[in-house]
Amino acid sequence: MKAVLVLDDGTQFVGEAIGAAGTCVGEIVFYTGMTGYQEVLTDTSCKGQIIAMTYPLIGNYGVNEGDNESGRPQAKGIIVRELCREPSNWRSTMSLDDYLKSHHIIGIQGIDTRALTRKLRDKGTMNGAISSDSDFRPEEWRERIKSYSIIKPVDEVTSREVVHYEGGGYRVALLDYGVRTDMVQALQNRGCEIYIFPANVTADRILDADPDGIMLSNGPGDPKDCGFQIQVIKELLGKKPVFGIGLGHQLAALANGGDTEKLKYGHRGGYPIKDLAQDKTYITSQNHGYAVLPDKLDPKKAVVSHINMNDNTVEGIRYLDTPTFTVQFYPQTSSGALETAYLFDEFVTLMAEFKNSRRL
Amino acid sequence: MENIDPVGVHTGDSIVVAPTQTLTDKEHQMLRSAALNIITTLGIEGGCNCQFALHPTSFEYAVIEVNPRVSRSSALASKATGYPIAKVATKIAVGYGLDEIKNAVTGKTYACFEPTVDYCVVKIPKWPFDKFVRARRTLGTQMKATGEVMAIGNSFEGALMKAVRSLELGIKTLETPLCKELDDTALVSRLHNIDDNRLLVIAEAIRRGIALEEIHSITMIDMWFLGKFKNIVAMEELLKTETLHTLTRETLLKAKKMGFLDEVIGKYIKAGKKQVREKRRQWGIKPSYKMVDTCAAEFEAQTPYYYSSYDEYSESVPTKHKKVIVLGSGPIRIGQGIEFDYCSVHSVWGLKEEGYEAIIINNNPETVSTDFDTSDRLYFEPLTPEDVEEIIELEQPDGVIAQFGGQTAIKLTNPLADQGVKIFGTGAKDVDAAEDREKFDEILEALSIPRPKGYTIFTFEEALNAANRLGYPVLVRPSYVLGGKGMEIAYSDKDIEEFMEIINMEEQEHPILVDKYMMGKELEVDAICDGENVLIPGIMEHLDRAGIHSGDSISMYPPQSLSFKIKSQIIDYTEKLAKALHVIGVVNVQYVVFNDQTYVIEVNPRSSRTVPYISKVTGIPMVKMATRIMMGKKLSDFPYGTGLYNQGEYVAVKVPVFSFEKLHNVDTSLGPEMKSTGEVLGIAKNVHEATLKGLIGAGFKFPEPGDGILFTVRDTDKHEVIDLADGFERLGYKLYATGKTALYLNQHAIATNAVRKLHEGSPNIIDLMEQGKIKMIINTPTKGRDSERDGFQIRRKAVERSILCLTSLDTAYAVLGCLQMNKKVENLDIVNLDVFKK
Repeated sequence: MKAVLVLDDGTQFVGEAIGAAGTCVGEIVFYTGMTGYQEVLTDTSCKGQIIAMTYPLIGNYGVNEGDNESGRPQAKGIIVRELCREPSNWRSTMSLDDYLKSHHIIGIQGIDTRALTRKLRDKGTMNGAISSDSDFRPEEWRERIKSYSIIKPVDEVTSREVVHYEGGGYRVALLDYGVRTDMVQALQNRGCEIYIFPANVTADRILDADPDGIMLSNGPGDPKDCGFQIQVIKELLGKKPVFGIGLGHQLAALANGGDTEKLKYGHRGGYPIKDLAQDKTYITSQNHGYAVLPDKLDPKKAVVSHINMNDNTVEGIRYLDTPTFTVQFYPQTSSGALETAYLFDEFVTLMAEFKNSRRL
Repeated sequence: MENIDPVGVHTGDSIVVAPTQTLTDKEHQMLRSAALNIITTLGIEGGCNCQFALHPTSFEYAVIEVNPRVSRSSALASKATGYPIAKVATKIAVGYGLDEIKNAVTGKTYACFEPTVDYCVVKIPKWPFDKFVRARRTLGTQMKATGEVMAIGNSFEGALMKAVRSLELGIKTLETPLCKELDDTALVSRLHNIDDNRLLVIAEAIRRGIALEEIHSITMIDMWFLGKFKNIVAMEELLKTETLHTLTRETLLKAKKMGFLDEVIGKYIKAGKKQVREKRRQWGIKPSYKMVDTCAAEFEAQTPYYYSSYDEYSESVPTKHKKVIVLGSGPIRIGQGIEFDYCSVHSVWGLKEEGYEAIIINNNPETVSTDFDTSDRLYFEPLTPEDVEEIIELEQPDGVIAQFGGQTAIKLTNPLADQGVKIFGTGAKDVDAAEDREKFDEILEALSIPRPKGYTIFTFEEALNAANRLGYPVLVRPSYVLGGKGMEIAYSDKDIEEFMEIINMEEQEHPILVDKYMMGKELEVDAICDGENVLIPGIMEHLDRAGIHSGDSISMYPPQSLSFKIKSQIIDYTEKLAKALHVIGVVNVQYVVFNDQTYVIEVNPRSSRTVPYISKVTGIPMVKMATRIMMGKKLSDFPYGTGLYNQGEYVAVKVPVFSFEKLHNVDTSLGPEMKSTGEVLGIAKNVHEATLKGLIGAGFKFPEPGDGILFTVRDTDKHEVIDLADGFERLGYKLYATGKTALYLNQHAIATNAVRKLHEGSPNIIDLMEQGKIKMIINTPTKGRDSERDGFQIRRKAVERSILCLTSLDTAYAVLGCLQMNKKVENLDIVNLDVFKK
């Protein structure tokens, strides 16, 4: 079945429909990782986005039960050059195509994905639509494409109620803006007891759980849409050690008087970052479209701890007035590099120090 | 990178794909983390290579090996991703950090990143089995390939098909005559063979409808790859049902995306490749060129490194500069090695000096020519007429240089010239005249230059007839080949029968040559001609007499035993030939001196294997000069004059290097077909010392006085052995020989122990070898059933036991000369190559 991809600027790519039939509108972003399509599709940070894979052969190893980052695919659509319909991997339980169909995700294959990537690189992230409808007329959709925006996606991906995981170690309050499974696993691997709080709970409610530390999760969308969450973080700062990742990092910056901006085409894939204190570079897994601006932060209160080696954007901040540190990248993911998992250890250490200092 | 062949086949002998195709991210990260842990624990600074075996149905994995250095795979990985591993490793070695080294591809980002590719790369090894037809083709843990090809595509099928045709095996698709005659049962059992033909056997099995599961259960090749092979086979079968008239645009485009050449499509739909090409034009189907940029287009790249795809958007935007395409030499193989890469690179330099933009087309990841910063623009593509023509159509260069890429490039001269492409240097007509027996004979006759008598033949009967008219021994060989491929000396009708059979195993486009074999001294010349004048940088003299391929012979510069008469004849003939063939650039001429008369053996109006050698030892940058002459310069624009260039006081001796210990069942005796896989150069003030340096460099392990030396030679060679044996005896070696030879030597008062031949019971030669009593063997191959078998066994045993085995008496005399000097390695003078720069 034929499908068409239409971009906001009128560009059209004609290909073949994959996944569910129909039409979808979304923000088109490209992902440069060569493996990990399943993890990306199910990453809440992709909420409302149509993901274009730069690697041409997608679906080779199918889809399995164990590699989801959330309960379902979060992306609105998918763009690949060539979809593999006969996957080969011992853990595969279904093909990517069947998986997309079963979750009503619309996709397109057989287009020049490199040409698309170059367009997005040059013009920046763009809205667009994929359609396999035979009566699809791009001009009728132009307004909907243009006006599309991802509004408060955190509300859609956060958990509905508090979830509790037992653990013998420190108690962590994990604020769920769209938390990835691997982050929960990283805490569990360190023995933590975890309370996952929905994004709409108050600071008091969180503190009532008497956590040893607070973790701000990753999540989708524009951090400036999250006024309530920023307010909550302001109230928590200084009271407990705080570790933020992704959206959590951006929200912490805003809560500390910082500012964020939308990147031209985001960071989605593997990126080199530098831990400035260690003077050491790491390859990290990333999936974000916004970044913290360094200049608005008060240098007496916050220092940039990590930077992106490609474009020098802020990748991590250490706060001086409160026991808070945050990073933009995913320190430990099942879909990506693992070397920066040391940050979880630092969080544990910070909780220990904080607890001891209070005891004295 | 993922090996298509499961564990058990050396990674250098495996078909490799990059990036990994069948690993989930979890598996990928698991191995990646293990590699990082290994590197960190070992404290590696620079390159490191880790090889893993991953269980196909669990997360279990094992480390196969770790090479704490830049490896063969590093070159492949560098070309596959655009990340220059060795260059970065070197900068690390001198103290830079990854965060300080710029990524030369983007010019913006740094070396501390992991390249991400948006295409698929396939590497296929190039094995020497087409030359060593008797070698055991089984692949295992001992690497046998001499080279490799790499292809880039944005589908696996496209990349694989490109790689297959880059091998220059006459195979352009997965369908070959191989295995066609086997029934299904025999075919399935053939699947158990792990050899170089496995891909083609699998393709045939798929074609017969044998289930992929069954093929998988035998080969253990991942189903994903088998599925891809099936797609190609299905396309071949689909095309068979089409004709030029029924073929749709959709099918044609799909076939092109899968990497099918017009020629192949034409063959299946029973049409000419021109007609298929016309169809493509009509439907607007042409390749677009995509960039290799290390970052999947995320950042703007500055490196013009391209591969073809059948997409709509091409990223290669040709410049308006004056420009020339240099055709590369493809995979490294016996007879066409890295020498031609040297030539391609030097040609690029010459073009740059003349102000031209230089464009390289090549498919070999091991070369300097395919470094993205060697040429101004690099197309990593197969070297077939279609692939090259498409690039020419896009780039619209001033012309093409085909002289420096060995036969790979020369073969393209005619098809390109037919398309109206300007070939710089010697014209296609003249290239043809040098290869075409009749045309060449006419030229020689007109110039009164003698050559050994010979005939051009096509069939076995004609070959027999020719051989008998010339009288045995005769030299039999296909035309248009390098490295004497398929070349043999025939002593009888039976030999002719056997050789013709082997030659005809491959489809022959060109006639076969049968020449009278003259056993004399061989000489070789590389010359530069600007159309008016000729410069001969030097004459090379082969130590081994005619009959041993020039590439396998020890070769000396300057010549050590040439009379004034012969030297003058060589200069005269070379000048006449270069002018008669209208050579613009480089020409190689091989001579044999027989009864004090020079005969021409062959003329190659192109750069030869010896050009780097002679350039180095004369200090004349031949390729750069030749390139600049092709662009219009004259010899008079250079300071080297014309005629034979003055020779210096140093002697350079080239010694071939062989790989027999890696190739089972290959006869190590030297003959007219080249067998060496490399060479070294020894330089000294006299020929013996230069030879010694060369032999040491080539890995010769000399016996010590007191050690045993075994002589087993042809009857006709016996008289030549006396001085040799005498010399070794005087040096204190213990001599052994078989019956008749021992008797002969003893009669000449050289004390020799008689040993039994293999069929004469124990203890025989082999027993002595195994007991370590024999440390060197001088063996000239004898004809005849038993002795052939004996000789072969002795030589193979020598390889196994690392016993030096010389099959040329000339080399044996040279070894004696070296040993007589009684010089230790530490007493050899160190010579700077600059001594040749005058």
